[in-house]
Amino acid sequence: MVQFLQQILSGISIGCVYALIALGFVLIYKATETVNFAVGELMMIGAFLGFTFITMWAMPLWLAAIVAIAATAILAALLERIFLRPMVGEPAFAILVVTIGLGFCLRAVAMMVPPWSGETVRITTPLSGEVLRLGPLILSADHAAVIAATALIVVGFFFFFTRTRIGLAMQAVSQSQLAATYMGVRTRSISTLVWALAGGITAIAGLLLAPIAFIHVNMGLLGLKAIPAAIIGGFSSLPGAIVGGIALGVCESLAGYYLPEGFSDVAAYVLVLVVLGLRPEGLFGQPIHKRV
Amino acid sequence: MLVEARNLSVAFGGIKAVDDVSFGVEPGEIFTIIGPNGAGKTTIFNLISRIYKPTGGDVMFDGRAITRVSPQAVARMGIARTFQNIELFDHASVIDNMLVGCHVGRKTGLLAEMLFLPGVLRQEVAFRRRVEEIIEFLELEHHRDTTIASLSYGIRKVVEIGRALALNPRLLLLDEPSSGLNPEETDDMVHWIRDIRDQLGVTVIMVEHDMSLVGRVSDRVLALESGRVLTIGTPQAVTSDPRVVRAYLGD
Amino acid sequence: MRYILRTSYEQDVRLFREGLPQYGWYLGWLALALVAPLFLGVHLVSQLTFILIFAIAGVGFQLLLGFCGLLSLGQAAFLAIGAYACIFLEKQGVPFLGALGLSAVITAAAGAALGLPVLRLKGLYLAMATMSLGFIVEEVAARWTAVTGGNAGTLVPPATVLGYPVGNDIPFYFLCLGLCLIALWLAANILRGPTGRAMVAVRDSQIAAQSMGIEVARVKTTAFALSAFFTGIAGALLAHKIGYVSPDQFTLHLSIELLLMVLIGGVASLRGVVFGAMFLVALPEALAFAEKATGASMPALRPMAFGLLLVLVMIFEPRGINGLLEKVIGYFRMMPLYRRGTFARQRSFVKSERW
Repeated sequence: MVQFLQQILSGISIGCVYALIALGFVLIYKATETVNFAVGELMMIGAFLGFTFITMWAMPLWLAAIVAIAATAILAALLERIFLRPMVGEPAFAILVVTIGLGFCLRAVAMMVPPWSGETVRITTPLSGEVLRLGPLILSADHAAVIAATALIVVGFFFFFTRTRIGLAMQAVSQSQLAATYMGVRTRSISTLVWALAGGITAIAGLLLAPIAFIHVNMGLLGLKAIPAAIIGGFSSLPGAIVGGIALGVCESLAGYYLPEGFSDVAAYVLVLVVLGLRPEGLFGQPIHKRV
Repeated sequence: MLVEARNLSVAFGGIKAVDDVSFGVEPGEIFTIIGPNGAGKTTIFNLISRIYKPTGGDVMFDGRAITRVSPQAVARMGIARTFQNIELFDHASVIDNMLVGCHVGRKTGLLAEMLFLPGVLRQEVAFRRRVEEIIEFLELEHHRDTTIASLSYGIRKVVEIGRALALNPRLLLLDEPSSGLNPEETDDMVHWIRDIRDQLGVTVIMVEHDMSLVGRVSDRVLALESGRVLTIGTPQAVTSDPRVVRAYLGD
Repeated sequence: MRYILRTSYEQDVRLFREGLPQYGWYLGWLALALVAPLFLGVHLVSQLTFILIFAIAGVGFQLLLGFCGLLSLGQAAFLAIGAYACIFLEKQGVPFLGALGLSAVITAAAGAALGLPVLRLKGLYLAMATMSLGFIVEEVAARWTAVTGGNAGTLVPPATVLGYPVGNDIPFYFLCLGLCLIALWLAANILRGPTGRAMVAVRDSQIAAQSMGIEVARVKTTAFALSAFFTGIAGALLAHKIGYVSPDQFTLHLSIELLLMVLIGGVASLRGVVFGAMFLVALPEALAFAEKATGASMPALRPMAFGLLLVLVMIFEPRGINGLLEKVIGYFRMMPLYRRGTFARQRSFVKSERW
C-alpha cells in the first residue's frame, strides 16, 4: 500500500510537469485554434537555457530562472509573429504541420549550440538531495517543489484570467476571435502574447523538470506527451489540462512499477486511446456538433 | 399521405425547439414551412432527415415510422435535402458532387471497383447519364467540371438541389432555397421548384422566408412560432392570418 | 488555349481523359524507368528502388489523407506490420510473393481494426490517436520477441520467385516498379469510382455525405484498410531492400517523413506521391553532398532542413510540387489569357472547427 501511494506521489510530480506544458498547449489552442507540436522543443530550450545560466554562467538560481523563462517567452512570441502570422486563415492541418516543422528547427538549433549537443545534463538546486517525509512516504524536495510551483501557477492563472484586462481579453479571443476584434481587442497582439505566455509556462516546466530528469536535445519527445495529457483533459479546457497531465503522470508511474518493462513508455498513449474511445471529447471537453 | 409528423417534439437541454408539431404532406404537394427566425423550421427538417433524434412523437414516411432510422437509411428510402448553409463538397467538381448523389444506387463492391471491372464501367456510364439529365434540367452545363470553391453562391444553391435530385428522391426538403439569391435567380427557382414537382413527380417540403416565393409556389403553408404550429392552410389564408402577422412583426 | 471535346460518357470515366497528349508523358517516363538500369550505376538504381517503395507507401497515405481527409501520424506502424508479417510468413516457408500478398492483407485487416475505434475522432484527435498507435506498435515490436526478434532485430530472408532470386539490385528494382505501377493503377481506379467519391465526400462534408446515404463509418474504415494495404506492401518491400529490420526503424520520425513526402509532393494528387517520394529520397543525398562539399559534419542539418521544408512549403506552396506543376501547365495552356490572379489562394477565416 505504501509503495502504491509512493508511486502515486512521484507520479503526481512528473504529472505536474506534463500539466504545465499541457496548460501552455491548451492556452494556445483556445486563443488561436492552433495546435502547437513544438511545445516539447520549447520546453527543451527553456531547460537548456536554465542549465547554461545556472551551471555555466553561475548565475544565482532565481535570476537564471527569470531570464530563461523570459527568453523562451520571447522566442515563442517571435515564432508566432514570424511563422504563424502569415498562416492566419489557412486550414488547421497546415498550421499543425508548420508547428511540427518549427519543432524540428528548434531541435536543430539546439544541436548546433556546442555546449548543448550530445550532452545529457542535470541541474542541481539547493533542494537536491533533500527529502520531505509525510508519514511513511518520502518525497524528494525537488519533486515537492514541482508540485508547489504548479499549484502556485494554477492559482496565479486563475486570478490572471478573471481579474486582469489582458486576461479577460485572452478569454474573449479564445471564445470568438471575430467578436473580440469587433470589441476593439487587438486579436493579433493577443495571439502573440498568448504564445509568449505559453512559452514562459513551458520553460517553467522545463526548469522544474531539469533537477529531476535529464536534459538532452531529444527531450522534446517527453514534452510531446503533454498533448495526450491535454486531450485526455478535454482539449479546450484549462482545468482539464491540469487534470490530464497529473492523470498521465500517475498512470505512467504506476505502469512503470507494476507492469513489465516498456509499458510505462506507452502508458501515456494507451491512456489517451482509452479516453478517446470512451469519450471522444476528452474528460472535460464539450462535444462539438456542427449546426446545419 | 407521404410524410406525416405526429406530435413531433425535440428538446435541447431543457429548451423545446419543436413542441408537439403535427402535419401531413400529400404526394405531389409543395408544402412550405414559414416562421420567424428561431421558430424551429430547420430543426423540423433535421428531424425528418434524422440528423436529430426527436424526444417525442413520430415521423412517418410512406406509412412507415422512420423515427429511429439513421440519416443514411433515410436517404436510401428516398428523402433528399438541401442545407441552410450549403454543404457541398467544396473541393470536387459539380458533376462529382452530383455523382455522389447516385451512391444510393451503387451495386458494385470495393474489389470490383479497384480492378475497374466492366460492371463498374457500366454503372459509371449509367450514373453519368442520369446526372447529365439533371444538369440539363437545371441548366448547369457550363459549370459541369468547375470546382465548387470557385462558383458563385447562386449557382452553388442550384448545384445542391441537383445533388439532391441525383438521389432520385420521392421527397425533397429544400432549406431556404431563395436566401441569398437576387430576384432573377429567385424567379428561376420558382420555375425549377414547380418543374421538380410537375416533371419529376417529387414531393417538396420547403422552408422559406421570401413570402412572394411562398405565395407563387406553395400548395399549403404551415406557420411555426417558437416550435409550435400556429396554423396550416393555403398560402393566402395563412399569410393573412392575424396570429401569423403578429408572430412576424411582433405586437 | 486547349479545349477537350467530349464525345461519350466512357471518355469521362477513362483514366486519362485527354487521351494521348496526357498519357504520352507518362509513357515516356515509363520508358525511361524501364531502361534506367542500363545507364545508371548500382547506387542510383538502389535509390530509384527506394523511391518506388516509398511511392507505394505514399499511395496508401494519400488515399487516407489527401482523399479522405484523415490525418494519420502513425503510418510507420503499418510499414512495421507489413514488414514483420512478411518476414514471419517467409520463415514459416511461405514463398515470397505469397508472403507479400498475405502480409498486405494482414496489414489491411490491422488497418481496419485500428481504424474502427478512431472513427468518431476528428482532426487533431485522430492525429493523436494514430500517433499513439504508432508508439504502441513500435513498443509491441520490441517486446514480442517470438515474432519480431525484439530490439536486436531480424535478418530478412532473401526473396525468390519460382527459385529465381529477385532480392538484389536490378530484379528487385523491376519488381518494385511493377508493384508501384499496379498500386497507382488500383488507386486511380478507386478514385474514379463510387468509393473514391464517397471518400472525398466524407472529407469535405461528413453531414452532407450522410444525407446522401453514405455510411461514413464504413468509408473511413475502408480508407484505413486500403491505406494499410498499400503501406504494408511497401513495408515488406522495404524490409527486403534493407535486408534487416528492427523496431527502431519504425519511429514517429518515419511517420513524419511520410507526411512530409505527401505534403511536398502535393496533397490529393496521385502523381504528387511520386514527386514526393523522389524528394524524400533525394533529400538525404543532397544533405550528404552538402556535408561532403563543406567538409564539416553537421548533425543538425537533417532536422533543420526537414523542419524548414515543412514550414516553408506550408507557408508558400501548400499544394506542393504538384501544385507548382499545375501552375506551370496552366500557364502554358491558358496563354495568352493567363492572369496572375488565376491561382490565388483563398483564405477561409470563418471556418472554425469549434462551432
